[in-house]
Amino acid sequence: MTKTLGISFSAILLIVACGLLSLTNKSFPPIQKNGPVQNVSGLKVSIERGKKVYAEQCLSCHQVDALGVSGMTPPLVKTKWVLGDKTTLVQIVLKGLTGEIEIDGDTFHNVMAPHSELTDQQIADVLTYVRNSFGNKARAISAAEVKVIRAKTK
Amino acid sequence: MKNFSRNFLSIKAFYLAFSCCILAFSACAGDTTKVAFVSGLQPNDNGLILPAGFKATTFAEGLGRARHIAVTSDGVVFVKLAKLKDGKGIYRLQDTNGDGKADLVTGFGDFTGTGMTVRNGYLYASSDVAVYRYRLDDRNKVVNPDQPENIVTGLLARGEHEAKAITLDYDGNLYVNIGAYSNSCQVVDRTKGSPGMRPCPVLDSAAGIWKFKADKPGQTYADGVHYATGLRNVVGLDWNKTTNTLFVMQHGRDQLHDLFPDIYDTKQSAELPAECMYELHQGSNCGWPYIYYDEFQHKKILAPEFGGDSKKTAGEDAQDPVIAFPGHLAPNGLLFYTGDQFPAKYKNGAFIAFHGSWNRAPEHQKGFFVVFVPFKDGKPSGEWEVFADNFSGSPALTASGRAQHRPCGLAQGPDGSIYVTDDTKGTVWKISYNK
Ligand code: HEC
Repeated sequence: MTKTLGISFSAILLIVACGLLSLTNKSFPPIQKNGPVQNVSGLKVSIERGKKVYAEQCLSCHQVDALGVSGMTPPLVKTKWVLGDKTTLVQIVLKGLTGEIEIDGDTFHNVMAPHSELTDQQIADVLTYVRNSFGNKARAISAAEVKVIRAKTK
Repeated sequence: MKNFSRNFLSIKAFYLAFSCCILAFSACAGDTTKVAFVSGLQPNDNGLILPAGFKATTFAEGLGRARHIAVTSDGVVFVKLAKLKDGKGIYRLQDTNGDGKADLVTGFGDFTGTGMTVRNGYLYASSDVAVYRYRLDDRNKVVNPDQPENIVTGLLARGEHEAKAITLDYDGNLYVNIGAYSNSCQVVDRTKGSPGMRPCPVLDSAAGIWKFKADKPGQTYADGVHYATGLRNVVGLDWNKTTNTLFVMQHGRDQLHDLFPDIYDTKQSAELPAECMYELHQGSNCGWPYIYYDEFQHKKILAPEFGGDSKKTAGEDAQDPVIAFPGHLAPNGLLFYTGDQFPAKYKNGAFIAFHGSWNRAPEHQKGFFVVFVPFKDGKPSGEWEVFADNFSGSPALTASGRAQHRPCGLAQGPDGSIYVTDDTKGTVWKISYNK
């Protein structure tokens, strides 16, 4: 009895699990280079695109839930960098970050690589997504803003 | 009684579900690693899952980031912390009434770190830049808790793989891991498109094991003998008394998919490369950063930063691992069991504490367990198996990586029990066998 239960249970799980895995394995559509992001539907579109950039560029370190990895990679949830000054935030993505940082008494010191190969739009989208997900709420960042920050960062 | 058996049943039911999940996921992930994952393991009343006849007590709790652990010949336990607790970085734990729980707890030492070992009346402790030792009196009390001797100072720590895991041999030598301040020796660390550096400059001063005199105060980094090279980072290491050699567990490289998405998909990147055990001798080279070990092809593969394509082999001058485990499980503790308490098959075998993965995302995370590998005549004599499981709290917490506990340090007590630390909440378990 238990045995058949167990077997059918695992069969169901197998189907569900494989379904989930194949979902996560789907390749992402190409990201549009330009596009308005200021109005509400623009915001939604930017967040949608940003989610894909996050999955490809940030998730492996900061994790699916953006809570990071204890002692290594900081969370992207309500930190002063995520919610704070746009210039600093964009520069972290462009130039990366090394050295020890502290968040709520926990220290992190792995290496965040620079992501300057991302387009202005991709950076705007991913940061707009992060600033409006995982419990964060902060203003969107536009490609035009990233462009200005990139120019003065060089 | 009724309550107890109901509880027990639900744990069993949970465990059945757990095994099914594992089955389901490994079936479609094409996981070919042979693992005796579930057979014979049973739930323990404090959440751990252990083989029949074994029991775990919660020896201590709430120490925070408890890293490596050492036990004296009369059962006094010392734990090194990576974050100060009440201003102290080392805790001395004593179970005076023999109930399997520490009842005398004192802290000392104002530095954080990982390394902890005890030998010949001295307690050795490491920070990320130095190794100290404390003299113990005949009751294993620390004689001068505020003034340890500086054994080695000025060790390199550049913010990546900076933990200084330590161990001693029986000829008065101290072995110290100096981890690579790099993932795979790219010009710009962890950056897509940045090439690998050949020769890799990291190898001159890091990515290896350095040997010092265990009883000579005042040594500097430069006094060390460069004992072994080509090891990205070692946290778990132990001296094997059978072979009289040093065994280490390497943390393999990260981010094959992030850096080379055209060569590795996320699934391959989650499984590769293997976490490897090596037996070292003076001059050993384990191949990092030029190669990694692929446990499916059973080959040393040229790293993509150096022209690899996931198939080209290389590293003819590099050692083969003694045994290879699935990728990214993060081996943080290694212990060769020399006790008489556990059943005969455990004698001289290796216990390995796997801290658990993060670099398998977006695939499910894995690890957060202690495994056992039987050894005969100094070589593995069978497949590895999970010995103690469910440190994470549940299969879902394992998959998400949000584990409640992460195994880190291992030590053997004088009665043949073993101790396991957790560096998430600072729990210390004592695992004993009682037929
Ligand atoms: C290679 C791993 C890695 C990747 C990939 C990565 N990060 Fe990070 N990130 C880190 C680490 C490690 C730190 C902390 C660096 C330090 O300690 O100096 C960090 C810090 C940050 C910070 C500042 C600290 C905080 O938590 O608020 C932000 C913001 C951030 N990352 C955003 C991103 C975004 C957005 C992406 C994707 C475009 C990304 N990161 C990709 C590892 C990574």
